[in-house]
Amino acid sequence: MNKVFNRIESIVGNVITVKATGVRYNELAEINTRFGKSLAQVNKIDGDTVSLQVFAGGKGISTDDEVRFLGHEMRVSFSEDLLGRIFDGSGEPRDNGPELSENMKTIGGPSVNPTKRILANRMMRTNIPMIDMFNTLVVSQKLPIFSISGEPYNQLLARIAMQAQADVIVLGGMGLKYDDFLYFKDELSKGGALSKTVMFIHTASDPTVECMMIPDMSLAVAEQFALQNKDVLVLLTDMTNYADAMKEIAITQEQVPSNRGYPGDLYSQLAARYEKAVDFADSGSITVLAVTTMPGDDVTHPVPDNTGYITEGQYYLKGGRIEPFGSLSRLKQNVNGKTRRDHRALMDAMIRMYSSYKETVEKKNMGFAMSRWDEKLLKYGILFEEKLMDLSVNLTLEEALDLGWEILADCFEKDETGIKSDLTDEFWPK
Amino acid sequence: MTQSKGKVVSVNGNLVSVQFEGPVSMNEICYVLVDGTKLKSEVIRIKGDIAQIQVYEMTGGIKFSDEVEFTGEMLSADLGPGLLGQIYDGLQNPLPVVAEQAGWFLERGVYADGLDMDKKWEFTPTAKVGDVLSAGEYFGTVPEGPFTHKIFIPFYLIGSFTVKSIAEKGEYDLKETVAVVTDERGKDIPLTMTFKWPVKRAVNCYSERLAPTETMETKVRLIDSFFPVAKGGTYCTPGPFGAGKTVLQHTTSKYADVDIVIIAACGERAGEVVETITEFPELIDPKTGRSLMERTIIICNTSSMPVASREASVYTSVTLAEYYRQMGLNVLLLADSTSRWAQALREMSGRLEEIPGEEAFPAYLESYIAAFYERAGYVRLPDGSTGSVTIGGTVSPAGGNFEEPVTQATLKVVGAFHGLSRERSDARKYPAIDPQISWSKYKCVINAKKSAFCKNILASGDEIGSMMKVIGEEGTTLADYITYLKAEMLDAVYLQQNSFDKVDADCSTFRQRYVTDKLVCVLGSDYALSSKDEARNFFNRMRQRFIDWNYAEFKSKEFEKLEAEIDALYREGSGIVGNEAELLLKDGD
Repeated sequence: MNKVFNRIESIVGNVITVKATGVRYNELAEINTRFGKSLAQVNKIDGDTVSLQVFAGGKGISTDDEVRFLGHEMRVSFSEDLLGRIFDGSGEPRDNGPELSENMKTIGGPSVNPTKRILANRMMRTNIPMIDMFNTLVVSQKLPIFSISGEPYNQLLARIAMQAQADVIVLGGMGLKYDDFLYFKDELSKGGALSKTVMFIHTASDPTVECMMIPDMSLAVAEQFALQNKDVLVLLTDMTNYADAMKEIAITQEQVPSNRGYPGDLYSQLAARYEKAVDFADSGSITVLAVTTMPGDDVTHPVPDNTGYITEGQYYLKGGRIEPFGSLSRLKQNVNGKTRRDHRALMDAMIRMYSSYKETVEKKNMGFAMSRWDEKLLKYGILFEEKLMDLSVNLTLEEALDLGWEILADCFEKDETGIKSDLTDEFWPK
Repeated sequence: MTQSKGKVVSVNGNLVSVQFEGPVSMNEICYVLVDGTKLKSEVIRIKGDIAQIQVYEMTGGIKFSDEVEFTGEMLSADLGPGLLGQIYDGLQNPLPVVAEQAGWFLERGVYADGLDMDKKWEFTPTAKVGDVLSAGEYFGTVPEGPFTHKIFIPFYLIGSFTVKSIAEKGEYDLKETVAVVTDERGKDIPLTMTFKWPVKRAVNCYSERLAPTETMETKVRLIDSFFPVAKGGTYCTPGPFGAGKTVLQHTTSKYADVDIVIIAACGERAGEVVETITEFPELIDPKTGRSLMERTIIICNTSSMPVASREASVYTSVTLAEYYRQMGLNVLLLADSTSRWAQALREMSGRLEEIPGEEAFPAYLESYIAAFYERAGYVRLPDGSTGSVTIGGTVSPAGGNFEEPVTQATLKVVGAFHGLSRERSDARKYPAIDPQISWSKYKCVINAKKSAFCKNILASGDEIGSMMKVIGEEGTTLADYITYLKAEMLDAVYLQQNSFDKVDADCSTFRQRYVTDKLVCVLGSDYALSSKDEARNFFNRMRQRFIDWNYAEFKSKEFEKLEAEIDALYREGSGIVGNEAELLLKDGD
């Protein structure tokens, strides 16, 4: 049944063409090169000329290498055995565990019928106050972490992986530095979260085409777990590398670029992945957190820009902290009204005060005299940054709220906070 | 007509080339046969014996020489009773029915009728045997929700038709013949209560197009009083992500003073559609006292659904809008977002290897956008009544930069521009419509001179504000500072509106007129204020009173009490009405 061809017509970058008929669009093939076997995927059919993107890249492929079509699209094995395992972009084990080949599921499946979704209304706790208290993560939300390179975004992801209230964690690494990969592995096993985690890892030194498989593999597995009534958290890092991989392939295939060299379908491609985030009616859910590094801290760069239009807010990582101003969880209103009575009011008041603190700092830097009120704000700002904003702070929502009141009480009088009296009466520390 | 057949010769993304035999027409619908599933597609280019088709589904698995069946028909919408309250995809498949057949996912090749063909409707004939009718005239009615749904002579029939027989009053389903008409050559044509219309053609069965003059109330003060939209007009809402485009449209869809709202969620988030689907059935339309869903149709082709049907979805939506307009109703079509539609065009154009225009958008982008917005309009129908289609589209410019091709092409053809700014949305000002850049060619609900008076205050306030950033508060004169405070107050109490508050979000024309009069008086007056601190203090207090006033039910006890407080404060500041304001106040509405 499987057709074998021995003549490669052209090799351009990572894309080869062969003369073949009866080949299906998106079908997989296996290429036998002198460096071993590699998968390849059909990405264009023109008459009897079939183009394939080779996962291991074009380097070293010979015109007489054997191409064997497999008759199916890219698939991933799904079972409970996945938990605790690590795979690469071709689905091969990266740990020393056995290969899995049972219950193969096609990746990149169709999108969920909108009428089968339910409104996102459950909070996902992470014990990071800047998330839980100020920009609550909601089950089935899709949120990017906008960041410049050098920020501790992978540390943040690792912490969320260990602490988030999810049944299964799927970690997809794209263009990951090898050190970062080791870091994730060590942290998750130290934290005891490895046993509920599946990792699909593409490191910076792996072939580009494999990078493009990572989100689909991760999300296909997540979808299967979600259909088994599990709350799944998918962590992706870094989506800019994914977009760059798409750009590379598109340019190789002479597609007309649209904006800064990215293909015209960048939005649709990113959306197809992010929209996998879902809360199924009568079943589990998928929540997606994805690091998007912003080249040159430019939020109008095509990747963060398109991402912002797709996702439900963003966490803005800057100076090692989640910035309260740039960050936004669009779905937080759905949940923070039913956590604790004082949550919304305290959140608003603290952010308002923090914004006044920022203005005061500016005034101070310009050499203006500080009033008594300014002094209070300065004290408040420093406490706020130290006790709540710092990424190492680890508190439950309730602890964070209590701490918030303490900080306020430490710096201000009750009626200076602008919080309704019935709340201050109840929560103001005695 | 014999149907042509063909074979696949190439596949590139969702663009497939087919070698065909027999006649094939442009924009004809065809199906690619893959493993027993039929994938709906549309012909978009013909060259020799090769037709290039865009497939409305994912194309994985298609292979060389797979069979293709042409249908001879263009992409059409099913028109008839039962459209209201539906949730469709871009090709008019009802999503709840698809879910019944396919489960969780939108499996490809699963299609369903746009209308429930077995549902019975109470038909009342309005024409008699012997009447001569033509396309767009009606011969019967059925009740649909709060409306009288007219049953038309199909729009595509050319010439005049004599009614040969017509069904008696009673219950019929959509498959049953309810009338037989005879054309000019004596041929009998049986008619049911439903027919198809190609979505890419505008429905033109009206006697004349009128200028849109009547304002469509949206209950958003900033829009109605300053940048209004007319029934039958067009407007666009560009803005960077997170500026509140969708929230604004969502509010408009709830409160706008129209009969029917069609929401086209085109390439946007599925979660937003879920919100509408969950919320609308629970909300009551104050006009009819029925569920809001009964006046709404949702066409959703969210961002992860196939791109080609995203393009189709805007046409499907506008066709349904035109259909209800033909019944003498006012229809509002909200398209979110037209940029995603433009991007769908760009993707296809790239695959067709057309020469790219600016930012790789195709050269025909402008004419497509213009043709779409031109389908809005206020028309006189054959029976003398009027109906309208109003189109409001959001635009999602890359990087929030309005210079990009889609925004620019849209601005050329719309009648009102509501530009959202990042600055206003970051400051949590809702709606984030920037009064300094927005404009409208329509008539506002308040006296135009008062509207201009307020806009002037905003403009001067803005100017003084930016000057103050340079020279500081100290360097500003007291008079300028007061103008600045007045502008700030106007912004806070009139431009900004709480869409989550039932009273504030639903600000009627009467209320807008009433409140502007009060504002013209307060803002157009001079006060005995001797220092900046005193001025700031005074306007802060005034602002707080106006905000509280906004939350009180119009003309309620509370409303009157708060108004009295405003008046008291006005007297406390010894306000004296200026000349300009005095003249304006005499002018009425």
